[in-house]
Amino acid sequence: MLAVKDARVSFGDVAALDGVDLQVESGEIVAVLGPSGCGKSTLLRAVAGLQPLDAGEIRWDGEDLAAQPVHRRDFGLMFQEHALFAHRDVSANVAFGLRMKRLDAEARDRRVEEVLDLVGLAGYRRRAITTLSGGEAQRVALARSLAPEPRLLMLDEPLGSLDRPRREQLTAELRTLLRRVGVTALHVSHDHDEAFAVADRVALMQSGRIVRIGAPAEVWRDPRLAATARFLGHTNIVSVGGRGEVPWGRLSVAAGRAVIRSDAFTRLADSEPSSAPAPGSGWSTGSGSEMGMEIGSESSAAASGSADLVTATVSDVRFRGDRFELHLRTEPGAFQLVAMDAQPARVGQRLSYRLDPDRIARLAD
Amino acid sequence: MTLGPTAGWRSCFAEARPEAESQPGHRQAAGSVIAAPPQDAASGPPPASAQDAAEPADASRPAAVKQLASKLAAAVLRRWQVVPAAAAVVFMGLFFVWPVGAVIHRGLGGGLGGGGGGAAGVGGLGEVLGSASHRSVIWFTLWQAAASTALTVLVALPAAGALARLRFRGRRLVRAAATVPFMLPTVVVAAAFEGVFNRLGLAGDGGLSLRHTVWAILLAHVFFNYAVVLRIVGAHWASLDARIEDQARVLGASRLGVFRHVVLPRLAPSLAAASVIVFLFSFTSFGVVLILGGPTRATIETEIYRYAIRRLDFSVAASLAIVQLAAVLALVIVSILMERRRAAVEQPRSGAPAPRGGGPALAVNLAVMAVILGLPLALLVERSLLAGGGGYTLRHYSAMAQQVSLLPDTALAALLNSVKFAVPAATLAVVVGAAAVVVVLRSAARTGRSAAGLLDVTLTLPLGTSAVTVGLGLLLVLDRPPIDIRTAVIVVPIAHAVVGIPFVVRALAPTLRSVSPRLREAAAVLGASPLRVRREVDLPAAARGAAVGAGFAFAVSLGEFGATSFIPRRPETLTAPLALFRLLGTPGDALRGQAMALAVSLMVLTAAVVFLMDLWGDARSGVI
Repeated sequence: MLAVKDARVSFGDVAALDGVDLQVESGEIVAVLGPSGCGKSTLLRAVAGLQPLDAGEIRWDGEDLAAQPVHRRDFGLMFQEHALFAHRDVSANVAFGLRMKRLDAEARDRRVEEVLDLVGLAGYRRRAITTLSGGEAQRVALARSLAPEPRLLMLDEPLGSLDRPRREQLTAELRTLLRRVGVTALHVSHDHDEAFAVADRVALMQSGRIVRIGAPAEVWRDPRLAATARFLGHTNIVSVGGRGEVPWGRLSVAAGRAVIRSDAFTRLADSEPSSAPAPGSGWSTGSGSEMGMEIGSESSAAASGSADLVTATVSDVRFRGDRFELHLRTEPGAFQLVAMDAQPARVGQRLSYRLDPDRIARLAD
Repeated sequence: MTLGPTAGWRSCFAEARPEAESQPGHRQAAGSVIAAPPQDAASGPPPASAQDAAEPADASRPAAVKQLASKLAAAVLRRWQVVPAAAAVVFMGLFFVWPVGAVIHRGLGGGLGGGGGGAAGVGGLGEVLGSASHRSVIWFTLWQAAASTALTVLVALPAAGALARLRFRGRRLVRAAATVPFMLPTVVVAAAFEGVFNRLGLAGDGGLSLRHTVWAILLAHVFFNYAVVLRIVGAHWASLDARIEDQARVLGASRLGVFRHVVLPRLAPSLAAASVIVFLFSFTSFGVVLILGGPTRATIETEIYRYAIRRLDFSVAASLAIVQLAAVLALVIVSILMERRRAAVEQPRSGAPAPRGGGPALAVNLAVMAVILGLPLALLVERSLLAGGGGYTLRHYSAMAQQVSLLPDTALAALLNSVKFAVPAATLAVVVGAAAVVVVLRSAARTGRSAAGLLDVTLTLPLGTSAVTVGLGLLLVLDRPPIDIRTAVIVVPIAHAVVGIPFVVRALAPTLRSVSPRLREAAAVLGASPLRVRREVDLPAAARGAAVGAGFAFAVSLGEFGATSFIPRRPETLTAPLALFRLLGTPGDALRGQAMALAVSLMVLTAAVVFLMDLWGDARSGVI
């Protein structure tokens, strides 16, 4: 089990790690997710021992790793650009860690065969590194990391250098493979789709701190912080006006900000509004760049039963394959919301939506 | 229409990228001395035609006039390019090809006034190779060069790594300072090491005497060539992706294991390039061996000098020069073949976290560097200030203005002579060198051949040809008016220029080659005439290279000893290195102080030039 406690690293004035706490259970895959420059790579380097900590500690099964040099930690680390040894062939790359462990040639050979098989590159042993495609190089890098059976496998944007279709395919493969091997893994990514697909738990990192950790679905449903929500791809972040309470799911407490998922919108049957919004619930412009939403008191909303209705004009339509991304301008208030809708719409059309309260989450900040 | 420029720029970028990628970082530095990279096979068409094509059909009257003017300018430009080209050819032909050709002719047994029936043969050469004493000289030259190379690489490699991998304040300054010894006059280095041995008690008859041993030569060669390894290997090392080393560490390799398994194999190309250069310099080393080796340690170079100047036996000297030339040629060919095997491309990600915790390693490396490079020079300065009975004095410096019977003129006059010669020598070297670069790049563009290859063949040989051979050649051919080596003072700057030209070319070629032909095309399409393209695109790029080359040529001229030592001695041609050599050659301590003072003066002068040039020119100069 990996335990990082209050890890701190700074480069000059910039705190790359600003008190990071993180635990990875044995056999668990944890993805650290964050924008570039948030310190996630530094975290990996620190765990690997490539970056000394200014403060805090890193333990493996209770043992402090501070005094343990990089090459004795028995961890694996896979870089974004693979960092393959170009002067050696595939087999020598994969065998490198085994040689360092002083495995005899025969056992080494067997293991190389085995791991290459595992990543689907049987028969690639004699290939020169320079002849590999991006996806193949990625698999060789993975095989090399897995070969010495590391206690912990760290993956630094392992799929970052691949194009999108290949990345999606390999994301799925990676998940299956890591499961099959049963390795404890710490995965760093800036791509939430990739992190969600691979990890058991996701840790969201921001300016050197882990701000949210949990199962992918839970983190997505309830991002808690506006910045987190934005990073995960949520666009509808609204401020709830100070007056009264909101009758929507978790929002039913007090004023604050909330995120409305783009799949929270259900279009009402007719394109023109069937009924006007309840008199008590109006929209008004919030201060600053954030949108403000002022919603009537619970009693009036409950009375009308239509507080979760939104009427809006379509300002933009983008085709997204199985869905349409509709940019809506709300009727009263003129807020921009983005809804995913199965049906198309034309710009200027007026639409009514019912919002699913379960897909609206209150934000803590 | 709106898409046009964007698409154009993008495709330009897309096509320019592979070019940039095919050029590993070290090549800028490492490839340049021995074998430049074949990166510029696609030098653009002459700008003139691009301009013609870009001319609009419906040109109005002023446009037509402009067009005419630009065509005229292009024609003039084409004509005028012939002049420097011709000048370069004539100069090199007259002062390099002819003399060296004469040496070869003489060495093969020709030119003896019908002694051998007039026919050139291998008589002289065979005689030289047949003699056991000559063979032992050749053998010693080879192995001391190999040992010097191995020792230099061993000593300088850790520092190259530290300078490449660790970020610290003053890194550039350290690198510039470490380069100074490389450019110091050989005679000054020899003087400095004499000083070291004296000071540390290694010169006496006691048990541990380094004086006149091979160790003295090897140490001086390490001192000399340290910067070659530091810069060439260092530049390559810095271009290597550090994360590959991290990866090896994570996979269980110790620091030493990482170096052995992952760093060293990848450094091989630059290590080879640096080794070839160090070997070449050690192989053709003259002043250092002549002074530090004493009477017993002779290399091919010193033997050529001994036979030509002391024994007046030009045939044996010329035969030895042929052996020298052949060895250098073989080495150059091998290195070019080696360079063909291209290193894998690595692109280190910028903005990777700076490595830390290298403090102790850095301190150790800087300390070693200070001892190796700083101590000899510090002791040299100290000895120039040492009074006879202890204490310090400036007496030796003031004595430089006084005539001593040993020299045809005062030491100060010699120093002034050196500066006086360095100016025309550097000018000549830059003019001829620049013309040569332009000619080679152009003809390469026209014939579609690799300019790098052409440059190598035509311009590496002068670098490989030792100054002593050049001096011997000049002595053989310039024996009658208008240029008689015995009377014409101009021979000195000419000889210095010939020795300095390869340095100019090495500094200039990379900067000119680095100008993408697309840049010229872009300028032409934007409306720049061919002349204007040269002025706006090529000249700014060339200016810095030319300045760096001029600095090198100046420094080379200041310290030139090999070729100059063949020029008959007269007060007007007495240069500082010659004077220093004479002063060092006298037994006893009477003139030691003055010799040291002269050495320090020469060192300060050279160091100032090199230092300024290095800080200004940065690593873009391809000389080392």
